[in-house]
Amino acid sequence: MADYKWPAAENRSLIGKRISRLDGPLKSSGRAKYSFDVNRPGMLYGKMILSPYAHAKVTKIDTTAAEKMPGVKAVTLIWEVGKEVQWAGQEIAAVAAETEDQARDAARAIKVEYEVLPHLVTDATPQQAGADHSKQLSEQKTGDPDPAFAQAAATIEGTYGSPVITHCCLESHGQVTEWQGDQLTVWASTQAVSNLAGEYAPAMEIPAGNVHIITPVMGGGFGSKFNSDVWGFACARLSKKSGRAVKMLLERDHELMVAGARPSIYAKVKVAAKADGTLVAWKSESWGTAGPGSAGNPTLPYVFRPENRSSRHTAISTNIGPARAWRAPNHPQMALITMSALEDLAAAVPMDPLDFFLKNIELTGTLAKVYKEELLKAAELMDWKKKWHPRGQMVAGPIQRGLGLSLHTWGGGGHQSNCNCTIHPDGSVEVSLGSQDLGTGARTVIGIVAAETLGLPLEAVKVNIGDNHYPASGASGGSTTVGGVSSSTRRAANNALNELLAKVAPSLGGDAEQLEAVGGVIRVKGDTSKFLPWKQACAKLASTPITAAGQTSKDLISSGVGGVQMAEVSVDMETGVVRVEKMVAAQDCGLVINLKTAESQVYGAFIMGITYALHEEKIMDQQTGRCLNADMEFYKLAGLGDIGELVVHMMTGPGYDDRGVIGLGEPPVISPGAVISNAVANAIGVRVPTLPITPSKVLAALESKGAKA
Amino acid sequence: MEAFEYARPASGKEALELLGGSFADSEILAGGMDLISLMKNYVLSPKRLVNIKGISEFSGIRSTQQGLAIGATTTLQELIEHKTIAADYPGLHQAADAIPSPQIRNMATAGGNLCQRPRCWYFRNGFGLLARDAKGNPLVPGGDNRYHAIFGNDGPAYFVNGSSLAPALIALSAQARIFSANGWREVAVADFFRTPRNDNERENVLQPKEILGEIVIPSASKGLRTSTYEVREREALDWPLATASVALKMSGNKIEKASVVLGYVAPIPWQAKEAGDWLAGKTLNEETAAKAGEAAVQGAKPLSGNKYKVQLARVCVKRALLAAGRA
Ligand SMILES: Cc1cc2nc3c(=O)[nH]c(=O)nc-3n(C[C@H](O)[C@H](O)[C@H](O)COP(=O)(O)OP(=O)(O)OC[C@H]3O[C@@H](n4cnc5c(N)ncnc54)[C@H](O)[C@@H]3O)c2cc1C
Repeated sequence: MADYKWPAAENRSLIGKRISRLDGPLKSSGRAKYSFDVNRPGMLYGKMILSPYAHAKVTKIDTTAAEKMPGVKAVTLIWEVGKEVQWAGQEIAAVAAETEDQARDAARAIKVEYEVLPHLVTDATPQQAGADHSKQLSEQKTGDPDPAFAQAAATIEGTYGSPVITHCCLESHGQVTEWQGDQLTVWASTQAVSNLAGEYAPAMEIPAGNVHIITPVMGGGFGSKFNSDVWGFACARLSKKSGRAVKMLLERDHELMVAGARPSIYAKVKVAAKADGTLVAWKSESWGTAGPGSAGNPTLPYVFRPENRSSRHTAISTNIGPARAWRAPNHPQMALITMSALEDLAAAVPMDPLDFFLKNIELTGTLAKVYKEELLKAAELMDWKKKWHPRGQMVAGPIQRGLGLSLHTWGGGGHQSNCNCTIHPDGSVEVSLGSQDLGTGARTVIGIVAAETLGLPLEAVKVNIGDNHYPASGASGGSTTVGGVSSSTRRAANNALNELLAKVAPSLGGDAEQLEAVGGVIRVKGDTSKFLPWKQACAKLASTPITAAGQTSKDLISSGVGGVQMAEVSVDMETGVVRVEKMVAAQDCGLVINLKTAESQVYGAFIMGITYALHEEKIMDQQTGRCLNADMEFYKLAGLGDIGELVVHMMTGPGYDDRGVIGLGEPPVISPGAVISNAVANAIGVRVPTLPITPSKVLAALESKGAKA
Repeated sequence: MEAFEYARPASGKEALELLGGSFADSEILAGGMDLISLMKNYVLSPKRLVNIKGISEFSGIRSTQQGLAIGATTTLQELIEHKTIAADYPGLHQAADAIPSPQIRNMATAGGNLCQRPRCWYFRNGFGLLARDAKGNPLVPGGDNRYHAIFGNDGPAYFVNGSSLAPALIALSAQARIFSANGWREVAVADFFRTPRNDNERENVLQPKEILGEIVIPSASKGLRTSTYEVREREALDWPLATASVALKMSGNKIEKASVVLGYVAPIPWQAKEAGDWLAGKTLNEETAAKAGEAAVQGAKPLSGNKYKVQLARVCVKRALLAAGRA
C-alpha cells in the first residue's frame, strides 16, 4: 500500500519543483476561453441601466419604450419602485437584445425616476461623517497602555491609512446563461464553481441539480466573485424570457463602481518603546468605510502584540458603493497602519527598523522563528545593512533612496474539497474537482499532486476542474484552495493507486503492501527487477476503470504563514515622484507544491501592491455622489515600467515543508503598501500618512516637514 | 455609442462637403484615440464621422520654404521616427516619444493630438465641457480638482489641455494651417487654442467646417536648443501631470531669446512669457534655470487640490532649460 502522507524531500519528483502552468500556452496565445469569450448559437447581449444617484428612492421605472427598441428580446427589472438605492451604479433593470449596441441603446431608453436623497460619499472621519453615519465598535484592550506610555523612552503619534480601492478585475464580473427546458447553464466568472447552483436554484425555482456552472478559466476575482450577484439572476431571467442564451458582463465603469471595493481604514496611533527598542504600549482610534455595511473590527496592532494595547474602531456608513472581500480582508490596511507606526517609532528611538523588529520578534507569538529567519533572509537579499541609512539622511541632488520593511501573516488552511481520481485501463488518468483556477495555478498544483502520487509525469494526468458536475470543492477564498485541492487530490490519487496495486499484486509477487508507483512503473520496493510499466499495470483492470474519491485531509495541510517584505524606493524630492527600485519577499507557505507558481503568486502580489501603494484610489465626488475615475484612464494601475526589480524567496526545507500545505493567495499582497510607505519615509525623512503615495502627497509632506523645521 | 454615419472622403474638398454646420452634425475623425472613447461614453454623439486619414493633402512630412510641414494625419509614430525632427527639434521629438503605448502612437495623429478634448473627469463623465451641475454651478472648484488647471482658471473652464505636442510646437513658433471652403488660412499654434466661454464653443479656433490641415515649424536656425520635460506619476498609459517645452536661441552659453510653454496646467497650452522674457540675455545655468522656473509660476492660482502642480511646473521649466542647454 502506498502512503498518502507527503513524500520526503528526497522522494519528490515533481512537488516543490519549478513547473510551468498547464494552461500557460493556452492563455498566452489567447486560446483559453473565458466567460467573456463564450459565444452560444443565437446568443443575445444583456445590458443594465444604473442609478446615477448615490442615494435616492426609485419612484418610477418605465420600460415600455425600451421594449419596443430594435432587436430587444427581453426586459427584466432588478430594482423595485419605492426602494432606496444606496450607491451610484445600483442596477435598476436589464435588457437583452440581438447586438451589444442595441442592448445599450435599449437600456438607456428605460425611464427611471428618482426622489434624490442626501448622500455621503467622502472618506470622512467620524467627526465629519456625524453620528448618523458612525458606529463605534467595541474596544479591544489588553493590559493598560496609559501608564506604560508615561514610562516609555520614546513615544510617537501619527495618523495613517489607505482609501477605498476597487478590485478592478481584468475580466469584469458577469456570465453567459442558457436554458434548455428547466436546465440552466451558466458560464460564470466565479471563484465558487461548486456553490453557485445553490444560489441560482431558489432564485430560478429549479432544483440545484438543474444548474450547470462552467468556469474553465477566469480573469481575476481577488475576493469579489463569490456570488451569482443581481446581474447573474437578471441574466438568467433574460435568457428564460427570450428563450436564448444571453451574455452579460459588466462594462468597465460599472465594474469599478460596484463590483468590488476594499474598505478604507485610517487610524490615529500612539505607540511607545523603551530605550532599547522594546515595544511597550499601543493605542489606536481607527475608522473607515465599507460603503453602507461594515468590514468588521480590525485587529490593531497587526502581528505584534505588545503587553499593553488598546484599539477602537468606528465604522462609517457611506454611499461610496458596496465593499467586498479584497485579498486578505483588512490585513493590508492593518499592516500599513501598524508597520508605519512601528517604523516611525524605530526612527524616534532611534534604531534601524530591522534591529527594532528583530528586537521585538517574540511579540509576534508562534511565528517568531519564521519571521526571524525571513527577516534575515530578506535583509541579505536586499543588502539591507549596507544600503540602510537613518531616516532623513540625505545625499546630494534631488533623488533620495530609502528602505522599508513589513511583516504579515495569514491563515490559509484548506477548504472542503472532494476529488475523484480515475485510472483507465488504457493507463490514462483523470482527476476531477468542482474547483476553479483564478489564475493562481491551482490546476497545475492538482496535476502535480496527482502525477507525483501515481509516479507519472505531469502530462499523463488530465485535470478536470471548473465545472460543478465534478465533485464539490469549496470557493477560492481565504487562501484555502491549495490546501483543499492538494490534499483531496492526494487522497483520491492514493486511494486509486492502492486499488490498482491490489489488482496488479498477483503479477508482482502477490503482496500489494510491497508495491510502489515510481517513475512510470509499478515496482516491488527495493527490487528493481520486479516491475510493470504503468500501461501494462493498468491493462490488468480489464475493462472497468478505477474511480476513487478523496477529501480534504487536515493532516496534509496547515494554517498560519508568516512573511517579510522589504522595499527600496527612490523619490524625486522636487517632483514627489516615487519609483520602486526593488522589492524583496521572504515568504513561507508550508510545503510548496509548485515553486514557480508560488513565486508567481508573490510577483503578482508585488505588482498589485505597488499599484495600491502608489496609484489606486476610488475617487468620489461629494457634489454629484459619483465615482470620478470609473475608467482605466483615471483609475491608475501600474504598468511594466512602474515595477522595479522583484526578488522572491520562498522559505522551504525543514521547519517549513513538514508543516504541510498552506495557502499563499493572500499573504504576499499584505505588506507592499507598508514597505513602500516605510521606504518613502526613510528616503524623504517624513511620513506620507496615507496611500496612495502620489507626487501631490509627497510634496505636501515635504512642505509640512519644512514648515516644522 | 449612438449610431452614426461614416464617411471616408478622398480629398479635402470632399471632406468639407461632408462636414455639417455644427459639431453635433459631424466630427472629424483622425486616429480616433480620443473621439471614439468619448462617443462610447455618450459624451459626444455626432450624427456623422468624417474620416480624414485617407486624404493625401493632410498627410506626410515635407520640407517647404517656410520650414517643416507636418500633415495633420501624420501619426505620432511617424513623427517620432522622422530624422530631421529628432535632430533639429528634440523638444518636439521628446514630447511625442513620451506619449504612451505603441498602439496609441501608431493610430493617433498630430492633428488629433492638438484637437483632443480636455482631460477633465467631469467632462468625461458627462457633466459637460464646462463641468457644471444641474443648476449651472461649476463642479471643479468645489470638487476633486487634483488634475485641473492652475493657470487661466478663473472660469468658466477649469480643465487642462491634454496635448503634449502643443507646448513643444508653440515654443517653436509653429503655424497651424487650416483648410476651409475659403482655402487655407494660417494661425500661430499659440493662437489656435482658446478657452471656451460656453458649452458650444471648442477649445480651439476651428469652426465646424474647418480642418486643421498641417502644422509648419520654421526652419531650425543656428543656436536653436529645444527640450521638453514632463512629470508623470507612472510610466504606464497615462498623461503627464505637467510639462514644460522650451526653445532657446543660444549664443554660446548665453540665451538670446527664450520661449517657455507649459502643458497640462491650463485650459490652453500656457505660455510663460515672464520666464521667457526674463531669460533673454542670461547665461544658462542651474541658478538662472531655477529662477526662470520661479518666474514661470508667478501668476499660478491653484485650486483646492492641485497646489502640487505649481511645484511641478516650476521644476519642469528648470529641468527643460537645463536639458536644452546640455543638448
Ligand atoms: C491612455 C492614453 C494616454 C495618453 N497620453 C497622452 C500623452 O501623454 N500626451 C498626449 O499628448 N496625448 C496623450 N493621449 C492622447 C492621445 O495622444 C490623443 O488621444 C490622440 O493624439 C488623438 O489623436 P487622434 O488622431 O486619435 O484623434 P481623434 O480621436 O481622431 O480626434 C480627436 C479630436 O480632434 C479632432 N480632430 C482630429 N483631427 C483633426 C483635424 N485634422 N482637424 C480638426 N479636428 C481634428 C476630432 O474631431 C476630435 O474632436 C493619451 C491617450 C490615451 C488613451
